[in-house]
Amino acid sequence: MSKAIVSLKEVTFQYDGQERNALNHVSFEIYEGEWLAIVGHNGSGKSTMAKLLNGLQFPKEGEITVSGMKLVEENIWDIRKKIGMVFQNPDNQFVGTTVQDDVAFGLENMGIPREEMIHRVEDSLKKVKMDTFLHQEPHHLSGGQKQRVAIAGVLALRPAIIILDEATSMLDPRGRAEVLETVRTLKDEKALTVISITHDLEEAAKADRIIVMNKGEVFREGTPEEIFSMDEQLIELGLDIPFSVKVMKAFRKQGISLAKHYLSEEELVEELWTFRSRM
Amino acid sequence: MDISLSHVDYRYQANTPFERLAIQDVSIEIPSGTYLAIIGHTGSGKSTVLQHLNALLIPSEGTVTIGDREIKAHQKNKDLRPVRQRVGIVFQFPEHQLFEETVEKDIIFGPMNFGVSEAEAKKRARIALKQVGLTEEILDKSPFDLSGGQMRRVAIAGVLAMDPDVIVLDEPTAGLDPRGRKEIMDMFYALHNERKLSTILVTHSMEDAARYADQIVIMQQGKVVKKGSPEEIFSAPQDLMQMGLDVPEVVRFQLKLEEKGNIKLEKIFLSIEQLSAAVAEQLRRGVTS
Amino acid sequence: MMEKMIFGRYVPADSMIHKMDPRSKLTIIFLFVCIIFIANNWLTYTIIGVYTFLMIGLSRIPIRFLYGGLKPVLWLVAFTFLLQLFFTREGTVVVDWGFVKIYAEGIKMGFYISFRFFFLILMTSLLTLTTTPIEITDGLESLLNPLKKLRFPVHEMALMMSISLRFIPTLMQETDKIMKAQIARGVEFASGPLMERIKAIIPLLIPLFVSSFKRAEELAIAMEARGYRGGEGRTKYRQLSWKTVDTLQLAFLAVVTIMLIYFRS
Repeated sequence: MSKAIVSLKEVTFQYDGQERNALNHVSFEIYEGEWLAIVGHNGSGKSTMAKLLNGLQFPKEGEITVSGMKLVEENIWDIRKKIGMVFQNPDNQFVGTTVQDDVAFGLENMGIPREEMIHRVEDSLKKVKMDTFLHQEPHHLSGGQKQRVAIAGVLALRPAIIILDEATSMLDPRGRAEVLETVRTLKDEKALTVISITHDLEEAAKADRIIVMNKGEVFREGTPEEIFSMDEQLIELGLDIPFSVKVMKAFRKQGISLAKHYLSEEELVEELWTFRSRM
Repeated sequence: MDISLSHVDYRYQANTPFERLAIQDVSIEIPSGTYLAIIGHTGSGKSTVLQHLNALLIPSEGTVTIGDREIKAHQKNKDLRPVRQRVGIVFQFPEHQLFEETVEKDIIFGPMNFGVSEAEAKKRARIALKQVGLTEEILDKSPFDLSGGQMRRVAIAGVLAMDPDVIVLDEPTAGLDPRGRKEIMDMFYALHNERKLSTILVTHSMEDAARYADQIVIMQQGKVVKKGSPEEIFSAPQDLMQMGLDVPEVVRFQLKLEEKGNIKLEKIFLSIEQLSAAVAEQLRRGVTS
Repeated sequence: MMEKMIFGRYVPADSMIHKMDPRSKLTIIFLFVCIIFIANNWLTYTIIGVYTFLMIGLSRIPIRFLYGGLKPVLWLVAFTFLLQLFFTREGTVVVDWGFVKIYAEGIKMGFYISFRFFFLILMTSLLTLTTTPIEITDGLESLLNPLKKLRFPVHEMALMMSISLRFIPTLMQETDKIMKAQIARGVEFASGPLMERIKAIIPLLIPLFVSSFKRAEELAIAMEARGYRGGEGRTKYRQLSWKTVDTLQLAFLAVVTIMLIYFRS
């Protein structure tokens, strides 16, 4: 893999008034250009991670480095320029009274000249396919559309990293698909590092790499194939297993032995029919 | 208790420039003891239908019958409380309705509004709490000190303690993690069977509809476009897909499988177990032939 | 109930008034409030009336719309009229029923003052009908900008206003939702004795407070994450543009003012 853009070393964090550490000696690296999914059940510490990466909270112990800069109070504004965040509730991050105003909000904060702003607002709305909604007010938009506007707001700032902090968990299936599709194309088009914090394994399945969190610690780290082979263990961790894994288990019960441990749905279909021709 | 909607229309903001017809000519029968799933995209009118089920909305046209009570358009419908006691609604993100100082007070709020004595309400609160999988220790806690998942359960307990005959669920698992989602859905299914409730689930999820419901209604643009048992509904998956609707994953997988292998299984299967058995059978037959 | 209120609601249309700069509209309203007090006879009141209806005509807002929305306020106008009618004790007595006397001056003042009130309401609702709340906010921010030198938090106020405007529909939806959830739990909002009704508000208010605080907190985090750190060094995306029509409108108002001064008695 290419070089690390974010690294966490022995990071520990505790919320005020709580006995247990929300994060406990967490260390890992995030590589440039990858899509990393951080999964875990609610309360596993995965959302705390997002707040730490963006300097909204600071670790009690340990060190976080973003693009070679150590994350400390003095340079959080520089780091925030590198990291864009999309939060869970589509309503509570929509600042502007219309779509274009909302996308412009971050640009205004950075003091970008107006001519440049107009260009960037249009450009980033085009990328999330919301450019026909310029003057629309937020309460006329669906959840998925609002989240796409939030993504456009992030893109307009041209960050190196985008963090989706449970950005799809409040959406309906159609909204979820829209948002993931958008992120996928963005990631393919340019060197954007995507960190998606989620408990949706179908979302995680699209990532290059997955980190499973449990009780404030990194439980396991690996490719989707490796992680999904954990099988029952995932359910014990409050997660689910992907559909194709469930299907494979059912087929094994029927006495059909399939080769690899994890296959995507398409691979599985392929495998089953090759199996027929082998028989 | 039976519920039926007969030719129901509902207009929002009637007689203003902002008037909008939300549902049109909706007729649904829900005999006592049914587990009905109402499916549709956001804006399909399913939430509007839901609000008719305990007279939160009065139809603009048509009649809603809830037990022996008829609620008709164009007439004064007085004293709807008895209806509301018998039909409990768990709204989307029900934790937003919590307001009392303690969990116990919040759970007994509903029953006591309907004239249940405090002692009886407290007894029910304990039963309801157990049903939703919480322990009595939290009764004296403030609901706002609980975790999100616990708050959701307390709110559900508040509806269960009303002891309704019909329970209406509006996306009850939205925002929960997979474990929470499964626990809540299984709990409602168990309740449905134990208490012989009618259950009406309003959802986006074809999976849940296929797994739990015995009747399905599909709504689109304010109209009922399809109704029937899960087997009937999903027997023609192409129709659903043409309407821009999802089908359960297992059905989608079967279609892929059939297309790739250029075969047709005898019917559409709604569980992975049945599908795998049928496919395994096919594969074995493929060997012998 | 709320949906029939026209007062303060924006009605989109493609008219000269809609296209005007909010700054000129705000200035005109401010000046209008001042010059209306110049009028003191039938002729000058007629000039004000003609001016008001000319503006309404130019805005292309249907009269029916104005009337529907203004109906509740018309009672106030009628009340003002009656107040003047019965309590002015000047001029010759026109009606004498013993316990009530109506004076000629009373009738005149009644008409003058209720008309003044009526025209003021018409003009201010014309402002809100033809200008989006956010335009009004921008206009105010721009007009109040000189106050920044006196350390008046103009930017913060404008941002606060625009965020409140953005959240009004969201909170209305939320209110509706919580209200229905509590009705389903047996709360009666619309009937019963007054005390009961006041008590019924609590299950609505507390959840609304809780969720508004949560929203505010999340919004603050989101704003910070998007680099908001106060008004310093910010640029503005929305821009106001002063057009010829704005200058013409102001000039026209000046002409009206001169006429008023000339014809007043």
